[in-house]
Amino acid sequence: MSEAIRFLPPRQTVLSRRAAIVADLADLLPPECLVHEERELVPFETDAFISYRRLPLAVALPRTTAQVAAVMKYCHRCGIPVVPRGAGTSLSGGAIPQEDAIVLGLSKMSRILEVDYANRTATVQAGVTNLSISETVGIDGFFYAPDPSSQLACTIGGNIGMNSGGAHCLKYGVTTNNLLGVKMVLVDGTVIELGGKHLDAAGYDLLGLVCGSEGQLGIVTEATVRLIAKPEGARPVLFGFETSEEAGACVADIIGSGIIPVAIEFMDKPAIEICEAFAQAGYPLDVGALLIVEVEGSDAEMDAMLASIVEIARRHGVKTVRECQSATEAALIWKGRKSAFGATGRIADYICMDGTVPLGKLPYVLNKTSEIVERFGLRVANVFHAGDGNMHPLILFNANDPADAAKAEEAGNEILKLCVDAGGCLTGEHGVGIEKRDLMRHQYSDADLAQQMAVRSAFDEGWILNPSKVFPLEGRE
Amino acid sequence: MQTSFTPAQLADPHVAESEKILRRCVHCGFCTATCPTYVTLGNELDSPRGRIYLIKDMLENGRPADEEVVTHIDRCLSCLACVTTCPSGVDYMHLVDHARIHIENTYRRPLADRLIRNLLAAVLPYPARFRTALGFARLGRPFAALLKRVSALKPLGAMLDLAPKSAARFSDAAKPGIRPAGAQKRGRVAILSGCAQPVLDPGINEATLRLLARLGVEVVVPEGEGCCGALVHHMGREEQALDFARRNVDVWTREIEKGGLDAIIITASGCGTTIKDYGHMLRLDPAYAEKAARVSGLAKDITEYLVGLDLPKLEPRRLNVAYHSACSMQHGQKITMAPKNLLKAAGFTVRDPAEGHLCCGSAGTYNILQPEISAQLKARKVKNIEATRPDVIATGNIGCITQIASGTAIPILHTVELLDWAYGGPKPEKLAAK
Repeated sequence: MSEAIRFLPPRQTVLSRRAAIVADLADLLPPECLVHEERELVPFETDAFISYRRLPLAVALPRTTAQVAAVMKYCHRCGIPVVPRGAGTSLSGGAIPQEDAIVLGLSKMSRILEVDYANRTATVQAGVTNLSISETVGIDGFFYAPDPSSQLACTIGGNIGMNSGGAHCLKYGVTTNNLLGVKMVLVDGTVIELGGKHLDAAGYDLLGLVCGSEGQLGIVTEATVRLIAKPEGARPVLFGFETSEEAGACVADIIGSGIIPVAIEFMDKPAIEICEAFAQAGYPLDVGALLIVEVEGSDAEMDAMLASIVEIARRHGVKTVRECQSATEAALIWKGRKSAFGATGRIADYICMDGTVPLGKLPYVLNKTSEIVERFGLRVANVFHAGDGNMHPLILFNANDPADAAKAEEAGNEILKLCVDAGGCLTGEHGVGIEKRDLMRHQYSDADLAQQMAVRSAFDEGWILNPSKVFPLEGRE
Repeated sequence: MQTSFTPAQLADPHVAESEKILRRCVHCGFCTATCPTYVTLGNELDSPRGRIYLIKDMLENGRPADEEVVTHIDRCLSCLACVTTCPSGVDYMHLVDHARIHIENTYRRPLADRLIRNLLAAVLPYPARFRTALGFARLGRPFAALLKRVSALKPLGAMLDLAPKSAARFSDAAKPGIRPAGAQKRGRVAILSGCAQPVLDPGINEATLRLLARLGVEVVVPEGEGCCGALVHHMGREEQALDFARRNVDVWTREIEKGGLDAIIITASGCGTTIKDYGHMLRLDPAYAEKAARVSGLAKDITEYLVGLDLPKLEPRRLNVAYHSACSMQHGQKITMAPKNLLKAAGFTVRDPAEGHLCCGSAGTYNILQPEISAQLKARKVKNIEATRPDVIATGNIGCITQIASGTAIPILHTVELLDWAYGGPKPEKLAAK
């Protein structure tokens, strides 16, 4: 287990009252909604950022907003930290607990409450998976646009916490652009509603504030999201290049010419090989870099947009252009892309970066990333949302070798700093969590951070909600 | 993910294998989404990722199994939906197999649980005993509701509910001997008669024998074969399972050496998954490793074998078939298209129910040992199937047939029964009204 990132020291006053706290929670929740046996707590000690692990005090799995409110009210009164958890798929450690914290898991709140086509909205419980919304409304020709690669498993609640993105966000925007309202439990158990079914609400845009707040302002228990009508058709096209630099420059040129496809995804050679081995999607194996460009609309619209993109790609020396021929093929192309991280597990352990850079800097940052990783004697696979400049270098290492793991973390930090220095930011969609917390000072001045922390304090004066995350620990222990 | 085992622990080949499997897992959580028990219960402890973590913790610490671990491993259906979903290629099947053996070896179950399990292991794999037991079950039926009110006796109640209402018909299908090819001979195969299926529904292998004879395939029903071992294997009773496996390997090896076999045909996909794994199960037995691998290599689901015979395309007939893919078929053996393509070629209209990846709750003895979760999964499955408004349901596993039939009035048949009918066999009795 890595130790470079510290957690807040556990509150002894909470730890010493463990048995009493469990007994109190048992009064608030049915038995199947409370986990407290030590052995049963182990599977909750981490999320998908698995290098860091901490056993929680207990796990609450409420079924209703009222139960969430009761748990919050109790924890607020007793000063017990609370770490919210959706599906535990965070790549930045957003759901990793700590020894004095209750994990508040929303996995039992997984019902779709209302689908309203007249207003193009769906209202769902926070534990509903991202993909199940699109699956539910797909038969009627609608979908929910943000599509994180983990959309099969990740929950809407978690998406709101991290303001998650995905491949198709280039055209449709990230979670905050598709979220219309939430029901939320405040730290003291008060239940509030923000937004609704309309595009904007009177007063402050508190919904915008909540989206991306990493579970530190309250617990979202229900969400109303925007549904979008499916296009007439959609076609992913594969563009193979000799080098990553050519592919990167091509992306900047496509966007710079005013063309916005639905998605532009990038894979370098190691990533292509990993994804092809898993999905057998027919990715070209004889190229150095691959772009998956998806266009949508009528056949005429798709043809016209593709023609312009092909012309740009030719200027950048594109080697192969392959249009997919069937819906099955398209599904495989996306399956391969969306499974890229997990599929990497077939060859090595990895940590996944999430820096975002201005498009013009893509080739430069890709080059520098390789240099950094090589300097540490490690390997890297790049697979990311190129159209958004949202990079995901996967740094490969051996988790059973502590020295290797430490090098991977150091290389990761350098890469993220590089993204910031190139005019970008630390995170495009995975959130700060614990992983990027100590780099926040590289991104923001102390005054910037102080203002953000003041907002946080306005919602949670005692800092009990997901306390070890987002903001550096110095000066607040 | 990171593991911590000592070299001494890794000297045990089972632990060494599990360690390799655990190293593949990157804890991404994708598997939770398609796990029937996670979807039903909403607790990560009842998901593949949670179980993997519990198993890891137990094995790393060299601990005997305890009540908590046993509860969550017992709730696993071994449907293997997680294996289909996992992008990292975690071999959950062999990991949970190992965990079940570890539980069986280190944990003493409560008395009622022990008795039920002993009863199942002593009866189900043996056709004669099973037939007798079903006779008693019919007498016991009126008491099912009563039994289900006592928590420890719920499995008995569930068992009585599942027992067929009418006495099983005797059939010659399982009688040892050679069934000659009815047309010009194009192949020679052995068929697994198995244990529970010939008692519950002998019509399945009767249809298979008729169809194969008409297609010119000679079929051997070898003397001495029996249960594939899956039932006890899933209870963690490894020695008993391996004995079943060795016996069948011997029987089939004799046939291979005598007249050659193109395939070993299996008409219950649950058994197919296990027989295809004989090579792995017996890998540490020098006397059997090679023979078992050869048997596994020859094992084929009936639909897998039939697609190789190029059956002619038939005129469409007006019959909507909801195809239910058994977990052992789609996840265990990765056979997804063959049964549907055969049905379509035979003129049936095939419909895919929603949530096809989710288990129906049958899962070997699961519907007896975990009646509550099983009943929820059955209701969900039947609802999805009925939504396609089918005339008939087709599937490839006797367990699913029994389970789904107990929840719907729509007739349910084995895929091969529909194919036999389409290609010149008699109309299945269950379709008399259609």
